[in-house]
Amino acid sequence: MLIKNAPDIRWSEITPRTVYLRRREFIQGAALAAAGVLAGPFSGQALGQTAGPGKLAKLANVQTSRFSSTTEKLNDYEDVTTYNNFYELGTEKDEPARNARSLQPRPWTIAVEGLVAKPGTYDIDTFIKPYALEERIYRMRCVEAWSMVIPWVGIPLADVIKRLEPTPAAKFIEFTTLYNPMQMPGQRRAVLRWPYVEGLRLDEAMHPLSILAVGLYGEVLPNQNGAPIRLVVPWKYGFKGIKSIVKIRFVDVQPRNTWQISAPREYGFYANVNPQVDHPRWSQRSERRLGEFRMRRTEMFNGYGDQVASLYAGLDLAKNF
Amino acid sequence: MSNGVFLPNRSAAAVIPKGYAPKPFALVRAVVFGGALIPAIALVVGFFTDDLTANPIEYITRQTGYWALTLLVLTLAVTPVRRLARWNEIIKLRRMLGLFAFFYATLHLLTWIVLDKFFDFAWMIEDVAERRFITIGMLTWVLLLPLAITSTKGMVRRLGRRWQTLHRLSYVAGVTGILHYWWLVKADLFYPQMLSAVLGVLFGVRVWWTWRTRMPSRS
Repeated sequence: MLIKNAPDIRWSEITPRTVYLRRREFIQGAALAAAGVLAGPFSGQALGQTAGPGKLAKLANVQTSRFSSTTEKLNDYEDVTTYNNFYELGTEKDEPARNARSLQPRPWTIAVEGLVAKPGTYDIDTFIKPYALEERIYRMRCVEAWSMVIPWVGIPLADVIKRLEPTPAAKFIEFTTLYNPMQMPGQRRAVLRWPYVEGLRLDEAMHPLSILAVGLYGEVLPNQNGAPIRLVVPWKYGFKGIKSIVKIRFVDVQPRNTWQISAPREYGFYANVNPQVDHPRWSQRSERRLGEFRMRRTEMFNGYGDQVASLYAGLDLAKNF
Repeated sequence: MSNGVFLPNRSAAAVIPKGYAPKPFALVRAVVFGGALIPAIALVVGFFTDDLTANPIEYITRQTGYWALTLLVLTLAVTPVRRLARWNEIIKLRRMLGLFAFFYATLHLLTWIVLDKFFDFAWMIEDVAERRFITIGMLTWVLLLPLAITSTKGMVRRLGRRWQTLHRLSYVAGVTGILHYWWLVKADLFYPQMLSAVLGVLFGVRVWWTWRTRMPSRS
């Protein structure tokens, strides 16, 4: 007789360890929110979910996060969704918004491959369901010397990785964007090598600032911003934030990311925001925050240095740019 | 009205009698003048209606640069079109198109100095010295400057044959201008490639004509 051992409790029913461990944070967040209500008229920015324009579906139960930087003025929804570098939808800044309709973010699957205990193909909604959505207000610094402040909604990448259980041999994580010239008209020309590939060292990916974003301004992620799911790593240049992810692979060799393949002297694997290492064709010392006239100084690791600098102790950041 | 006197060329334009400008061409001229102003007007309107993208300075820089190069290539197309289409009058558009190219190139440069770098001269000098796309962009404007200055009828008369030699610099400016564009693009080279192709054809046509004229007669 064949005995199948059905697990008593299904995975989906288990509170992820990380969520359990963050229960204190949740309580702190609630306390802060209460304080915010009391402070009311005196606080510059409301805690909790930033309201969107109501263009796309509102995301429910979005929690605040202590990893949000909340003191800076947000770029408005219009700026964030009409000024995009997403070459799969066109190389001009306004083209992704204009071509956004051709991308279909549902149904969507994510393939998990490589050195991992739980490989497989996951439906996007099943994939993100186990995790509480968090609002993360981050600075985003583009390699082209402009920047924005964006209220993302996402899930901590570390939680996703822990659940997928990479094997000890896995040292890097590699992401791949959808390849589908029907949905992505920009892929009909070989401007870059398609599909777009990005990667992180596993410890970078496990850092609490790294998230997979599924929304912004409290609403579902617009197509031009990389729907249905994209990477956000705020201390790195924007091109590391790969969009419309269909594959996650755990590997033991450093992945070659698309821009590095395209111009290895100009774009590296690490792509940490670094005012001391110029792009060969322009200075990285300063940046223009969209909406401001004068340029401002660019900060090391985009101002997240106290949280991430330890990841790079002993590494020559001029060589590993 | 100017009547092709600014073209010290052996071809037919000089044959047109002074003071003769048929009405239809005045219309062509007005349309081209208005058309060349549209990008500038669009920028002004966009400025007042807050419609210059989330990064207006970058947008103005790109637009003025794009139109400077496009108009420069159009200027260089006038003579070949005139000969191929046997449309002599079109030569009257050449100076206007050339000056519009210079107008947009100057707006482009001013956008960089005033809006982008806000008179930070140390930074601008560093950029010109260290970043080759800026070096060659600056060179392009410097090449265009004497051409704009010597574009007046008086200058054409005073310089005589030397005027034509000097104004061959416009081809050099076309090449350096396109290189400036080519070197700043990150990945999508479509527009610089198109402009290069057009410039290549125009230059090829001229080389072909020169070569044919210099060939010993076969009779």
